[in-house]
Amino acid sequence: MIDLGPHALFIQLAWAAAGLVTLGLIAWVMIDYRSQRRQLAALEQAANARRRPAAPTPAVLEGAGVP
Amino acid sequence: MALIDLANPTRFLAFARAAIPIAGVLAAGLLAVGIYLAFFVAPEDYQQGATVRILYIHVPSAWLGMACYVVMTLSALGTLVWKHPLADVSQKAAAPIGAAFTLLCLVTGALWGRPMWGTYWVWDARLTSTLVLLLIYLGLIALWRTVEDPGRAGRAAAVLTLVGAVNIPIIKFSVDWWNTLHQPTSVIRLGGPTIHSSILTPLLIMAIGATALFVALHLSAMRNEILRRRVRTLRILAAQRGATA
Amino acid sequence: MTALIALVVRDLRLAVRVGGGAFVGVLFFLAVVVVMPFAIGPDLNLLRRIGPAILWIGALLASLLALDRLFAQDQEDGTLDLLLTARTPLELVAAAKGLAHWIATGLPLVLAAPVLSLLLNLEPLAIGAVVLTLLVGTPALTFIGLVGAALAVTLRRGGLLVAVLILPLSIPILIFGISASNAAVTGGLPFGAPFTILCALSLGSLVLGPIAAGAAIRAGLD
Repeated sequence: MIDLGPHALFIQLAWAAAGLVTLGLIAWVMIDYRSQRRQLAALEQAANARRRPAAPTPAVLEGAGVP
Repeated sequence: MALIDLANPTRFLAFARAAIPIAGVLAAGLLAVGIYLAFFVAPEDYQQGATVRILYIHVPSAWLGMACYVVMTLSALGTLVWKHPLADVSQKAAAPIGAAFTLLCLVTGALWGRPMWGTYWVWDARLTSTLVLLLIYLGLIALWRTVEDPGRAGRAAAVLTLVGAVNIPIIKFSVDWWNTLHQPTSVIRLGGPTIHSSILTPLLIMAIGATALFVALHLSAMRNEILRRRVRTLRILAAQRGATA
Repeated sequence: MTALIALVVRDLRLAVRVGGGAFVGVLFFLAVVVVMPFAIGPDLNLLRRIGPAILWIGALLASLLALDRLFAQDQEDGTLDLLLTARTPLELVAAAKGLAHWIATGLPLVLAAPVLSLLLNLEPLAIGAVVLTLLVGTPALTFIGLVGAALAVTLRRGGLLVAVLILPLSIPILIFGISASNAAVTGGLPFGAPFTILCALSLGSLVLGPIAAGAAIRAGLD
């Protein structure tokens, strides 16, 4: 690492904050994605189990996106 | 690809699946190059010394903090005027990202200001209007969290976003005016007309990289929001079925 | 036009008869001004210097906190649905309600300001300036706050959240209102420049507020 001069602490803190915010945003997005996927899968499974004799494809999903 | 093609959430999800990795890789590459240049190639500023390296984060996050509000304003128009079905998804996804970058801008600004100005905070015009911008972001996030129905929340947030968009230039102007009244030029402004290219190049690369990061984050957050709404709709359907059965 | 006048009269009657809106607003204003010296000390010179600011903050909080139920209570008793189906444009309805609200709560604040400024040891000239700026500025606060009141229809709750949403937007009004009053107190700066900008802000919010409030109500009731 190069010499950061007398204010090294501030520079390190600033970059640490930047890393923290970036990683935090990425983690938020990824964790949220996982949890939504999991919930969606669980709901689909429940729907499939209920309608197994009729249609196995979750047709309800197509129309049920954004209202 | 026309914007209208993305109105179909399923098609948007396919687009996002392709675009998010591209934007992410682009962001990672550009930011890596930018960080390398910022620390190992770019010289120290003759006035600011090594603290100039803080500005490689500060300036891009300031840019994104504002650009994100522009994205939200366009999405708000999309919600209210064109009734684009993904516009309020875009609004909702953008607000936390914009708030995060604005906060980062303020934090890095404070950390730059402490060694340079001798204080973490001055009521400088730019700092103050950025703080107001953060307040507006946080208010919008609170609004999103308060209203349960996404459609209603989207329209309400769109109205507030547009009122904010009209107001932000006025706030900026009045804070400038207020600031010159109270603090006649006690603050060293960075930049000016001459930023040497050895500093400007890494800055630009960082800014473009951060923008790519924003695109990736925004698309991912939009994808999450679409999935969240599907989950919500399925839950409501299941509850209705349970009620009738 | 008669419909709008009828609406203004109705709202005024409601404000006078139910809950005493004007009285409570002025009382709140008084409470803020009375509490302030306890926070910063009873130094009359200091109070004279920051008196306009105290009065403006008090008026800002009083007019914002009084606003949040403006449309929500009409929604609860069904009046809002009637107003929506009427032929009068919703924007004008919002403007009429804002006007009535200003007469019922904003104007009493302006009238109370001279009495309260005596408590803060203000000079007669400064009192005049503060009252004049409040007279011009409180409509702006009311009409910007109108947006928040309309959002409360969607939010189904008001109070702090509406205040948090609206306070950042009222910063310009505060800046120019206080600048103009301070200019009259200290005399160093011209009074005209900030005062005319304050007038401009007021006129601007007179247009923007009702339009945005109308859009927010429609958004909330869809």
